[in-house]
Amino acid sequence: MEGLTLSDAEQKYYSDLFSYCDIESTKKVVVNGRVLELFRAAQLPNDVVLQIMELCGATRLGYFGRSQFYIALKLVAVAQSGFPLRVESINTVKDLPLPRFVASKNEQEARHATSYSSDSENQGSYSGVIPPPPGRGQVKKGSVSHDTVQPRTSADQQEPTSPVVSPQQSPPTSPHTWRKHNRHSSGGNNERSLAGPGPFWSPFGEAQSGSSAGDAVWSGHSPPPPQENWVSFADTPPTSTLLTMHPASVQDQTTVRTVASATTANEIRRQSSSYDDPWKITDEQRQYYVNQFKTIQPDLNGFIPGSAAKEFFTKSKLPILELSHIWELSDFDKDGALTLDEFCAAFHLVVARKNGYDLPEKLPESLMPKLIDLEDSADVGDQPGEVGYSGSPAEAPPSKSPSMPSLNQTWPELNQSSEQWETFSERSSSSQTLTQFDSNIAPADPDTAIVHPVPIRMTPSKIHMQEMELKRTGSDHTNPTSPLLVKSSDLSEENKINSSVKFASGNTVDGYSSSDSFTSDPEQIGSNVTRQRSHSGTSPDNTAPPPPPPRPQPSHSRSSSLDMNRSFTVTTGQQQAGVVAQPPAVPPRPQPSQAPGPTVHRPVDADGLMTHTSTSPQQIPEQPNFADFSQFEVFAASNVNEEQDDEAEKHSEVLPVEKASDPASSLRVAKTDSKIEEKTAASVPANVSKGTTPLAPPPKPVRRRLKSEDELRPDVDEHTQKTGVLAAVLASQPSIPRSIGKDKKAIQASIRRNKETNTVLARLNSELQQQLKDVLEERISLEVQLEQLRPFSHL
Amino acid sequence: MVHTSLDVVDEKISTMGKALVDQRELYLGLLYPTEDYKVYGYVTNSKVKFVMVVDSSNTALRDNEIRSMFRKLHNSYTDVMCNPFYNPGDRIQSRAFDSMVTSMMIQVC
Repeated sequence: MEGLTLSDAEQKYYSDLFSYCDIESTKKVVVNGRVLELFRAAQLPNDVVLQIMELCGATRLGYFGRSQFYIALKLVAVAQSGFPLRVESINTVKDLPLPRFVASKNEQEARHATSYSSDSENQGSYSGVIPPPPGRGQVKKGSVSHDTVQPRTSADQQEPTSPVVSPQQSPPTSPHTWRKHNRHSSGGNNERSLAGPGPFWSPFGEAQSGSSAGDAVWSGHSPPPPQENWVSFADTPPTSTLLTMHPASVQDQTTVRTVASATTANEIRRQSSSYDDPWKITDEQRQYYVNQFKTIQPDLNGFIPGSAAKEFFTKSKLPILELSHIWELSDFDKDGALTLDEFCAAFHLVVARKNGYDLPEKLPESLMPKLIDLEDSADVGDQPGEVGYSGSPAEAPPSKSPSMPSLNQTWPELNQSSEQWETFSERSSSSQTLTQFDSNIAPADPDTAIVHPVPIRMTPSKIHMQEMELKRTGSDHTNPTSPLLVKSSDLSEENKINSSVKFASGNTVDGYSSSDSFTSDPEQIGSNVTRQRSHSGTSPDNTAPPPPPPRPQPSHSRSSSLDMNRSFTVTTGQQQAGVVAQPPAVPPRPQPSQAPGPTVHRPVDADGLMTHTSTSPQQIPEQPNFADFSQFEVFAASNVNEEQDDEAEKHSEVLPVEKASDPASSLRVAKTDSKIEEKTAASVPANVSKGTTPLAPPPKPVRRRLKSEDELRPDVDEHTQKTGVLAAVLASQPSIPRSIGKDKKAIQASIRRNKETNTVLARLNSELQQQLKDVLEERISLEVQLEQLRPFSHL
Repeated sequence: MVHTSLDVVDEKISTMGKALVDQRELYLGLLYPTEDYKVYGYVTNSKVKFVMVVDSSNTALRDNEIRSMFRKLHNSYTDVMCNPFYNPGDRIQSRAFDSMVTSMMIQVC
């Protein structure tokens, strides 16, 4: 061997490297495997490495003595500098930079070099080399390591220098010792600790080499990547942890885990060959993990519940604290369950920990769900449905798919890339779960993606749309909520428009309950819409989904009138007093057939009567009792004279009614009042509309109103007379057109009367609205008092 | 003092009645004459109470800050809870949790 002169920095550097490779702390001989790894890390072609080996005499000696090692390192530097490898070059080449090894290691070496030049205590490069597994003290590991060593040795024919791989359980403080100067005694520990991983490591290299059928000693080593990894391991703690972990994993598998079998251990050993990332899981490892996963959860796409995972990992006999930490790291989506990827990561971490590697503070990239999937797509199974979602007890994927787009726009994009998708799904599983559940709740209807109450709009068309939306969404939540909203909403909504649209909430409720009915009957829908509006004039509207095209205005107006009827009927039904000023004009209309054409007076008077709260009751009986119309007409006629009185009476009736209902229930009163107001309001507009619109159209809505009123008929007693009046009015109105031909003047007069009734109704409406507001205020105050009293009840 | 604050929290919970999820229950009133600190209470859905004692020496923390801190605390706590190895009632030893809390404290201070 030629003399080798090394600079101080080189000396230090080489010593460190030697110590690094000197697993057996022989201080003389360096493990070939490690040296090979180191050389591989130098990123030199194999032949160069061979040449170096030859030159330094290692091949001759069969081992790397310190001198040989140093020479080799020098030659590496020479080679890296581009100089031809010559024995003489060792000393001839001046100012040779320190040999560079794998990037990671190079960095450390560079640091090392600089540190050497500056600080001889820079052991950082080696700190992470091989953190002696703390758990090395386990005898079991030792035994297993022996086993591993033996196979290795047997398999290792390329590394004659396979030192006795005494599974020296490196001292627990090895990582720290490593950090200290390797040359120190602690370094010895490190070396010993290295011996542990070293032997294992070389077996890995051997195994890989064997698998790779490497020929040359060097080539026999595991593929460069692993070796480089190894070197990089040296540079970074995790890498070393992986090294030790793998052996430990083997040990763990065999010892700690009852499942471990010889083949499995071998697999693991082979698997433990490190890749670029120390935390990477090899295929074999992954396969093992997957098998373990299957034992717990047959469905690879499913979750392992936390309790089962806890049981499983408790078997590893790791302290609970560490298991808890491992869980924190591996449960990426924080859902309390482990998907296949999460499980593999957790398993990997347990193995690492068992081998003495410190748990990282955060999950290594290679263990992150998506990366794992990337690496091991084969094992992970189908990507699209994966990430445990398909099998997860959480929402079924199908439900997710339709709902997801609506709920999560990014889903389609994620699906495009399986890994991303998986990652996303895993990471967001928890969040997704909620959304998915929500989506599940709603019928898998793409249109009903968003199902929450939508503020009811004032415009009738929108109301229709909303109703349609509600109906379409059909979701339970929307339907129940919207009607509820409607009902609970402010009663004192705009009356003019809303009232016309408003109807008794009862109708709306019914309508909602049977969405189909809504669609089937546009009028009903309109009424429902109106109801909604009435009840929740400004309350959040029903459902967001694109509502059906709004009803045509004309029909809407008609429907409004129809709604009025309904509202009247409903309100009357609900009202105990049931005296809501209803569109006076409405009831009489439906009665045209029967209503003899008494006259314009009656309609007008009837309207006036109708303005009173009794309209609804009048409307109710009108329809079925056409005959009554004649009576009512007479009555109406008689009442016409007393129109004003009636109005006053009606008002008073309304008030008492309201007051009476107050004690009963402020809410109910409010509602009823609102309804009353709605009805009155509706009636007013209806009347107005009636007055303005052709007589023909009004009768129809009136009829319908009567029908709706019929529903409420049983609830109202007082209404009979009033309805009769209304009927009379209505009858008179319809009769007008018939008499057109007879008397235009009569028509005009009826028109005037209608207008008058409209104005009367409008006045009444406003008054009722004010009453409604008052009642609402009372209700609010009562509610406040109630709430105030409640806490005390709890105490 | 923490126990007294807990009593106050319990009292508040009882009075709240329906609104159990009091996201932010600022109880600034607990200022001892000598202690000069503020105690913030926060109750979760599961009646788990977070009590935060803040020294009033530093500029009074804004309400939003306190609320955000509680929110983060709540999130971290739920993450800890998800761990099957964690027994409810034990002292939380989660490193992530501790680091989050520490970072939060540092951020405030």
